[in-house]
Amino acid sequence: MMSVAKIAAIGAAAVFAALFVGWWQVDGPGADPAPGKRPMPLTSMDFSLTDQDGQEVGPETLIGHPSLVFFGFTYCPDVCPTTLSDISGWLDELGPEAEDLRTVLITVDPDRDTVETMAEYVSYFHPQIQGWTGLPDQIAAVAEDFRATYEKVEGEDGSYTMNHTAGVFLFDATGRFVSIIDYHEPREFAVPKIRRAMQDRAEGAKS
Amino acid sequence: MFKTFAKAFQSLSVALLMGLPLAASAQQMSEDASIVVEKPWARASLGTSRPGGAYLTVRNEGSESISLIGLRAEISGMASIHETRTNSDGVSSMAPADDIVIPPGGMIALEPGGYHAMLMQLQSPLVEGETFPLTLLFSDGTELEITVPVLGIGARGPEG
Repeated sequence: MMSVAKIAAIGAAAVFAALFVGWWQVDGPGADPAPGKRPMPLTSMDFSLTDQDGQEVGPETLIGHPSLVFFGFTYCPDVCPTTLSDISGWLDELGPEAEDLRTVLITVDPDRDTVETMAEYVSYFHPQIQGWTGLPDQIAAVAEDFRATYEKVEGEDGSYTMNHTAGVFLFDATGRFVSIIDYHEPREFAVPKIRRAMQDRAEGAKS
Repeated sequence: MFKTFAKAFQSLSVALLMGLPLAASAQQMSEDASIVVEKPWARASLGTSRPGGAYLTVRNEGSESISLIGLRAEISGMASIHETRTNSDGVSSMAPADDIVIPPGGMIALEPGGYHAMLMQLQSPLVEGETFPLTLLFSDGTELEITVPVLGIGARGPEG
């Protein structure tokens, strides 16, 4: 026959265990990273894409350099050219300081954005900006690595547009995620963020 | 005599030429001057397969509220006002905008990241340095045709 105290202790332990399991799954390390959350470190990513020159690229193309990565598509009339123009402006301002920075647009519209399309599109912006595309499942995989989301939205006349994560992801040279530059963030905030990511590299190199 | 005339004509042409880009970017208004459109610009397009985007500001100098209800452009098979929204997760989406009310004395801006003139089914490419006519449709029946200069694809605002 169990004592009342023993039953109470077991009950309490069960409640704590349930709470712990709940926390682990919802907020703790076992939680599924929700879309919009921070991307993985580049060193944990495992994607493979094709750049504007037809070369195979992946996280290893970025690791070793500070990098800016963002998602978009070339049929986008507003957000994407604005982001590309903003980034071109930041790169102009940073000048030779940003020579080592890898800057990449990854398309979320692989059906229309072929290698040739990406090559033409990025050629209109700062020469440091690259354009990467891939097969639909490769794009799905890279978006998941970055915790970016995208969705096809059908228009009235058979056309379609893409909703997508619009921020610019900033990584230091070790591949660590540093911060996001929000869509249309003013230059006076964006440029210091990039400088910080580049400094992380300098410090990383020293240690 | 002829020389003087030629010279005068020459300077007049120069003045006209210099004035042209100004004319395109200066304000354009409705007949009764109650609706004033400023800073129109569009980005050059890549061919005609992709939609083009144009921007401008509209001021209501009248005494009544008016709404911008639509667009028409010969260069586009389907011109409409779209709105870009970015949610708290940083996801941007774009959808046709509702009528945009401009109170008396008020101003609305079509600018990157907000409202924009979405020019679908381009009939010819938007070429940097050229202009095209765009008609704004208002709730009071006003149809205001303006001239939109086309800037580079990397332009960030009406100044390029």
